[in-house]
This record gives sequence, C-alpha cells and structure tokens, in this order.
Amino acid sequence: MAGTTTGAPTNVTQKYNKGGIGESTLRPDGTLKVTGEFAYSSDMWHEDMLWGQTLRSTVAHAEIVSIDTTEALKMDGVYAVLTADDLPAAKNYGMEFQDTPVLAYGKVRHHGEPIALVAADHPETARRAAAKIVVEYRELPLITDEASALAEDAILVHENRDDHHSPFVPHPNIVHHQPIVRGNVEEAAKKADVIVTGEYTFGMQDQAFLGPESGLAVPAEDGGIDLYVATQWLHSDLKQIAPCLGLPEEKVRMTMSGVGGAFGGREDISMQIQASVLALRTGKPVKMVYNRTESFFGHVHRHPAKLYYEHGATKDGKLTHLKCKIVLDGGAYASSTASVVGNASSLSVGPYVVDNVDILAIGLYTNNPPCGAMRGFGAVQACFAYEAQMDKLAAKLGMDPVEFRQLNAMSEGTIMPTGQPVESPAPVAELLRRVKARPMPPERQWESSEGADVRALPGGLSNTTHGEGVVRGVGYAVGIKNVGFSEGFDDYSTAKIIMEVINGEPVVTVHTAMAEVGQGGVTIHAQIARTELGVQQVTIHPADTQVGSAGSTSAGRQTYMTGGAIKNSCELVRQQVLEIGRRKFGSYHPAWATEELLFEGGKVVTNSGEVLASLVDVLEDEVVSVEEEWRHQPTEAFDRVTGQGRGHVQYAFAAHRAVVEVDTELGLVKVIELACAQDVGKALNPLSVVGQIQGGTTQGLGVAVMEEIIVDPKTAKVRNASFTDYLLPTILDTPTIPVDYIEMADPKAPYGVRGIGEAPTLSSTPAVLAAIRAATGLELTKTPVRPEHITGT
Amino acid sequence: MDFLRPASWEEALAAKAEHPTAVPIAGGTDVMVEINFDHRRPEYLLDLNRIAELSQWEVGEEKVVLGASVPYTQIIENLKTELPGLARASHTVASPQIRNRGGVGGNLGCASPAGDSHPALLASGAHVEVESQARGVRLIPIDEFYKGVKRNALEADELIRSVHIPKATGPQEFSKVGTRNAMVIAVCAFGLALHPEKRIVRTGIGSAAPTPVRAKAAEEFLNAALEEGGFWESRKIITPSIAKEFATLASGACNPIDDVRGTANYRRHAVGVMARRNLMWTWESYRGEGRKLEGAA
Repeated sequence: MAGTTTGAPTNVTQKYNKGGIGESTLRPDGTLKVTGEFAYSSDMWHEDMLWGQTLRSTVAHAEIVSIDTTEALKMDGVYAVLTADDLPAAKNYGMEFQDTPVLAYGKVRHHGEPIALVAADHPETARRAAAKIVVEYRELPLITDEASALAEDAILVHENRDDHHSPFVPHPNIVHHQPIVRGNVEEAAKKADVIVTGEYTFGMQDQAFLGPESGLAVPAEDGGIDLYVATQWLHSDLKQIAPCLGLPEEKVRMTMSGVGGAFGGREDISMQIQASVLALRTGKPVKMVYNRTESFFGHVHRHPAKLYYEHGATKDGKLTHLKCKIVLDGGAYASSTASVVGNASSLSVGPYVVDNVDILAIGLYTNNPPCGAMRGFGAVQACFAYEAQMDKLAAKLGMDPVEFRQLNAMSEGTIMPTGQPVESPAPVAELLRRVKARPMPPERQWESSEGADVRALPGGLSNTTHGEGVVRGVGYAVGIKNVGFSEGFDDYSTAKIIMEVINGEPVVTVHTAMAEVGQGGVTIHAQIARTELGVQQVTIHPADTQVGSAGSTSAGRQTYMTGGAIKNSCELVRQQVLEIGRRKFGSYHPAWATEELLFEGGKVVTNSGEVLASLVDVLEDEVVSVEEEWRHQPTEAFDRVTGQGRGHVQYAFAAHRAVVEVDTELGLVKVIELACAQDVGKALNPLSVVGQIQGGTTQGLGVAVMEEIIVDPKTAKVRNASFTDYLLPTILDTPTIPVDYIEMADPKAPYGVRGIGEAPTLSSTPAVLAAIRAATGLELTKTPVRPEHITGT
Repeated sequence: MDFLRPASWEEALAAKAEHPTAVPIAGGTDVMVEINFDHRRPEYLLDLNRIAELSQWEVGEEKVVLGASVPYTQIIENLKTELPGLARASHTVASPQIRNRGGVGGNLGCASPAGDSHPALLASGAHVEVESQARGVRLIPIDEFYKGVKRNALEADELIRSVHIPKATGPQEFSKVGTRNAMVIAVCAFGLALHPEKRIVRTGIGSAAPTPVRAKAAEEFLNAALEEGGFWESRKIITPSIAKEFATLASGACNPIDDVRGTANYRRHAVGVMARRNLMWTWESYRGEGRKLEGAA
C-alpha cells in the first residue's frame, strides 16, 4: 500500500452511522453461548492428538527429594512423562518477575504447584499415569502471613532474588512495598476532633470463570508450534512461552480460542507452556483441559488482605488525615503482586480529598496460593476498608453517611495523594446523590396474599424464615479505580484496519490481538469501524499474534485502548482513501480540496451532506490497509519513598446503595436491591455497559457474602477447590440491580470513554457490608460475612 | 469398570447377588460426582435406569410407596399434599437439572448426613423397602437405617426398592441452612412433622451429626408438654418457654463438626432456631386447621 501509515489523524468527527457507537448492537457470540453452541478452548480437537495432564504438589512447602516416573512411563498409551529436568530451555516464566517454574525443581512453594507432565492417548490414561508418579518431599516450615514472612529467622520463599524490586524491599519475603507520604499527618491529627481506627480482613476471592484453562498445542513442520488458547493477552503469553520452549517468538504462533470468562485469572500463563513442551517432545498435537478442581490451582486469585486504617475528621465533618497499612498476600509467586501493591497504595484514600496521608502497602511472598490480577486489582481491598471507615466516622460525628462522603468527595482538579491532579470529571458526590435518591424497595417485600414468598427472604427456597428475625439494612459505598496500565508502563494497542470492495460493497476488516473474554470488544470494534468509515460490513478477524499487541484485556482498558487504536487506524485509512478519491475525482468538485469530508452510508460526503463519491467508486480494486500502534498519555513510576508521581491514566467511579434483609438469628443474608450509579464517560454500547455494571456488582456481592477460597493456616492447603464449597451467587442471590449511568466525557479518551468493568466491583462489596452492619449493629470487619460472624457462633 | 444393565428388578437383584461390590446408579447425581472426583472406583456399576417400576409411586390409604428412583421434581409436583415435608425438602435439592435426575433412593444409598431428604423421612417415620435375591424383602424402619457416616443398614447383596412413607396427617415443615439462597449443600437441616392422630411430634436433623438423627429428647419433652397441657385438643398457642426448651433440646441432639461449610457451634445454634421455627409454623397451621373445622361445624 502506498503512502505512510503514520501521521496525526485529522480532527474531523464522523457523524451518525447505522450500527455505530452509541447503539446497543447485539453480540455475535451471544446466542451461541446461550444455546451451548459456542466453541470454547476446551472444545478443540485435532486428529491424532494426545491429552496432557499435570501432577501437582500435595504439600505447600517442601524440598523435592526425588521424583520417580518409572511406573507412569510403563503404562500403555503414555507417550511422555516430563519433569523439570526434561524442559527444553528456560525453566521459569512470569509476567512481571520470572520467578515461576514451569515445573517445580528443588522445592515446591505452594499447594497444587505443577511438578510433572504426562501426555497420553486418552485423558483417563494420562490422569492415571500422573497418579503413578511418586514424589518424595521433605517438608519445610510454612510462611502463611505477615508475622511468619517477616520473622527474624523466616525461611525465604525465594532465595537469590534478582527482580527489579528486590534491591529496595525491606525483607526478601516482601515482593514490593509502596509508601505514599504527603502533607503532615502528625500535625493534621492534632486538628482532628474524632479519630477512627479499624482493622479489616479481605478473603481470597477466585475469578471462578466457567470455562476452565484449556487449549491445544500443535507442533509445526518448521519446528515451531501453533498454539490455540484462551488468554487475556496473547503477546504477553508469547513473551513468556517462547523462551521456555527455546524458540524464537515468530515460531510460536498463537491464536485466540473461545474464552469462557477471565476476570484477571487468565492474565498469567496456565497450560500454555505445559501443552507446548509435551507437543514438542512427542511430535503430536496435545490438548489440555483442567478440570474444575485443577482450575482452582491453575490460576492466581484475588489477594487476601489485612488493612489497618486510621482516619481523623473535624467536628464539621472534614477529613484531616489518613494513616494506613495494607498487607496483601501474594502467595508463592509474584504474578502481578507488585502492580497490585501500587494500586492498593495509590487508591487507598478512596475518592476523597485528604491532604495529609501516610500510606504503606506491601505484598508478601508466602506459601499460600499465588495471587495476582482480579477485577478491581488492589483497589477492591482498599475500598472495603475505607468505606467501612467512612461509616464509622459519620456515625461518630452523628452525620448522615452519604452527606459525610459528599462533603469529602473528590472532584475534577483534586490532587491525589500521589500528587497527580484529577484531570477529567470526577462526579463522586453526584453518583452518591443518585443512588440515595432512588425510591426504596417496599418494606416486608416478601409478603404476598398467599403468605411469605420464601424466595424473597434470606435462605430462599431452603425455607428458613417466614419473616422471623428478619431486619432490613441499607448501606452506601463509592469507589475509585484506575483505568489502563499505570506506573510508567508502555501501554499500547495495535489495530490493523483493511478497507476494500468485496462483491460491490465497501468492507472493513478489523484485525487486532484483543482477547474477547466476554467484555464485548467484538461488538465495540465493529461499531467504531462503522462510525469511522461509514460502512455496514465489518469483519472482525480472529485475534492472533500475526498482528501487533493489543495489550491485556484487563484494567478496564480495552475499549479505551484497542478502541482508541481502531479509531486511530480508521482515521488513517480515511485519509488514505480520501487521497485516492482526490487523485481520481478531485477535479470534479471543489469540496474534495477541503479537510472536512466524512464517510457516511458508504459514501464520501461533505460536512453539509453533499455526496462526492461512493466508497466503491473511490476504492475500486485498491486495498487500503493500516496497522498502527496507539498509546494513551504516558505515566510515570511512583517514587519509592514518597509515592509521588503521575502514575495513573484515568479514573473510574461507581457508587452503590445496598438494601438487604438479614435473618439476624440464623445469620443469613438476602440482598434485595443493589443500585449502582456510575460515570461511564461515553456509553459506546449501552446494553453492554449495563451488563458490565451488573456483572461487576454481582461479583462484588459474591465476595461480600459467600465467595472465598479457604486456605488452612496450619497446612497452607486449599480446602474448597470445587463449586460445591466455593459458592458463587445464583440468580436467587442476585438482587435487582438498577443501573443509572451518566456520561461525562474524559477529554483525553477516545469518544470520552471511561473503563467501566471494574469500578462496580469495588463499591458493591462495602455497600452490602454496610447494609448488613446497619441491620445487625455488628462491626463486621471481615469479608465474606459468614453466618457465624452475624450470630456470634 | 464394568457397567451392568439389568432389564428388570429380578435381574438387578441377581446382578447384585453375583457382584456384591457393584454400586447401584440411578440418577447418578451422587455416584458420578464421586467417580469424577476419583473418590471411588467401583469394580461394577449397576445401572437401575431400565427398571421402570423404580420411578413409580403409589398413593395408598395410609402411606405412599415411593419408588427409589422417583425424581425430586415428581415429588414436588405430585406429592406435596401427601408428603409435604419431603416435598419441601426436595425443593431444596441442588438445581432443577439435578432434581430432574436425583431421587430419594440415592440419598438413602449414599446415606450422607447432608442428604436433603433424611430429616423429612425421619420426621414422618418412613420405612425403607430393601430386597435381596437370597432373603427377599425386608422393611427397615428409618430410625434404624443410618449406621454411620455414609453407612446404612443395607447388606451387600441388597438393593433399595422403595420407601414407604406415611401420608401426612398433620402439618410438616423442613428448613435447611446453607450460605447461599439456592443450590447449596446443607450446613445443617431440620424437619418436623405433627402426627395429631398419634398425638406425637417427630423430628429429623441433617448435617449436624455423623448420621441423620432424630432430636429424641426434644420430641419426648414436647410430646409430654403437649399432652400435659392438653394442647392437641385445645389447639392453643404453644408457650414461648415450651418452644425454647424444645429448641435447646434439639440443639443438644446435635453432634456436629467444624468444617469448611460451618462451625459446630453454629450448627447447634441454627438447628435450635430451625426447630423453634418449624414447631411454630406447623403448630400455627394445626391451629388454623382447627379454626377451619370449627368454622365448618
């Protein structure tokens, strides 16, 4: 293609195009998923393929004395049994630190760590062979919390660290620590009329996506590998996989396959390297599918946390200062712990103005299950604590909890504790006003002419109450989440846009490496292409590594980033198409010489709507193709001592009001309404926006009342790796979720969009907790709340 | 693993006699979970799905003979008048899909203390009809059926054919505590049935002891108190002190453990609360029936 693919797009704003942005176009994968016809990564099949199986550690911390694979290898149908000694190249991988062994060598550091791999011609054979591998352990003392991690004689989870944080951490069992100091807390505390302290505990939540880790690795004739997997970020996987296979990146060709949910849990590698090394070793395609139990060990979880908070306020309700320490348990391997620490620290104040802060967040190495990315990423735990504090302060001051929050709410121009000003709308007080102004669900809403409707009561169909012991509670919360990758990370996305004429129609192909994990990018991308290029036919090319990185589908960034990249590439395509038009038809009409030309309904038109030419006539058999990277404004690292720095790209805000009925005698909770108000910047697909907000809200509800991976503190073993005992909200646990979104454009973001998927997960949890506290009068400092906490048993 | 598929009840008994280690499977909602989790690897699976009579029930004069494989959905839809307690309990079993497959025979065969149907069977005073090729039929009273954690009174060559459950002669209730509002395994459960014709109350407790149990001391106390106070005739309101003592004794009947689903203390506490509520609900409805009778007279 002639012409340059770089250059600044013009400032022309495309007008309305059918199926473009702002419309609730339907998802192409929607019907398939609902009817069970969608092909997930676990549905793939290849002729002559083998099945891969892992063997995982049964203890949390031990030296590996020996691994005996003799009996496994003897089994009929077994093609390969691999241990760390058999790995072809690099033995470790990792997203931020390369601290994670492909297969454990020397020692195991957590329960369920992969130790060996089997490839067999049947999954059951593979499973049985794995069970025949004998591993002899010499158990080591366990590091399970802050006290054991930082004890003077504490055993080191990782000796000889050489990661970029290691020279700065106070103890080798601390992955990363981030202080933030601003103002003068000691002086400010003297001005406080009330001081409120609190100690909070956040349980280990799991992403619990329904499609387990799975994929297919096919060895290629060139010695490379074709890898079909469900992931959140193809190129990040690629960077980690290739060195472990001893292959150059171009010989590892990755294609996205059907993703059954992610929520952060697919940001790290799971079976990718395992299947690939088995395929390279056997020369056969290898499929791997974790079962549900293994899935609980196959991905990182949300960091459990201990949070220690002290706030002060004057008697007229102004916050004076914040002192806090947030301890995040990163588990045995770093994953994204360091970034989660940065987030927890920089967002620990919440969406409030506090000029004097002394903050410290640390992430630990322990022998608990590794933790990393999950929707909300460090901001969730902090929100749980600061919102509990806000209620305690309001109560102590005798103020309304919403008015107290509004009085201290941040707004555009507020300086964050990191010194970074908030440079786009921050309608925190308005969001609170909106949820508070909603009418309340009627009292005793379970009563009907036929008696109590148990479905509307705590316990539901289990018929535990007909109204006895039931007390209503109402609670509010609001949160702040950063959008996009922070702290100086070179965060970009790439979009390749092709425009051509097929069968007499202008057609656009959008090719990116964006992972569609359920967020609806496939819809948004086509909508942006229609808006920018005025065509109806848009093809979304499968995501693969034959195009540049799209970055991760996480941090609420894909609509902003890959959406922005598509918009940018489309604008460049428009310029090139116009140049062709000018070359062919420039002399026909003087308007061709102007800058203000639009693409509408398959035609080039002037700003006043006069048609200059059809795109078909302009393009004829020319193909215009642009592949370009696009970046958000740069950020910078937080100072390691003061925490100062322009670390974040954008903020998202959501507020919730929770209305709950609590059976105070049995300690059971029914959330009956969870209203949300959120600033979404610009709703590119209103239906998707509401879906994301309702989903995020429900995930927050889950960790408020039921979701928790329970790790035995004595053994560091997971006790509930199943959906029988790791409970997710059912439809009877999911309340009415009225969504009130407002659109206050962020001038720096494409179309003014704001990442929306994470913010509702933050405030939903503390809102539910506040409502349960209101109903019971209990302090309830731990989430999830269990019946034992409410009943004191 | 061999998969045996008898076409008739007689063939099934013969197969079980020949292979006493065979694990019977009907809906598979429990056995398949065990197999999938590798908790057991039976030598033989004995598929009962071809035996149509196991999925049938018969409503007689005094009792319902419920085939071992009658799915919970059928109990909920067809037997809620005759067996209100069991129908209530059936409604709390897992999800609609599982309720379409699973039945009481499986609950009894597995004999997990967390099985949802046990408290209702205990409260109504059911009998389990089992049969072997060698010794024929025997009826095991439900009180003698549960022998230990996941152990029942069946001999190795016996199969469960049906459950004989007395038709309700008075109100029955069932409650189950779980930490989610549907599709949840019991943290603990409680069932209660009034038997006005015998002037007794029977109970059943689930998931709060190694086996499903009756709250016998609570029953004895309550039966005496009701008798003494003439409650059955007068249908007067049960005093709070009676209800409280009944609840305390029900808690005392528990012998629970701490596990990932709940603490022993909570189970004891919750069983007491459910016992009191179940008593008040059933008694209130017994009083309501009395008022209706008076109105009719």
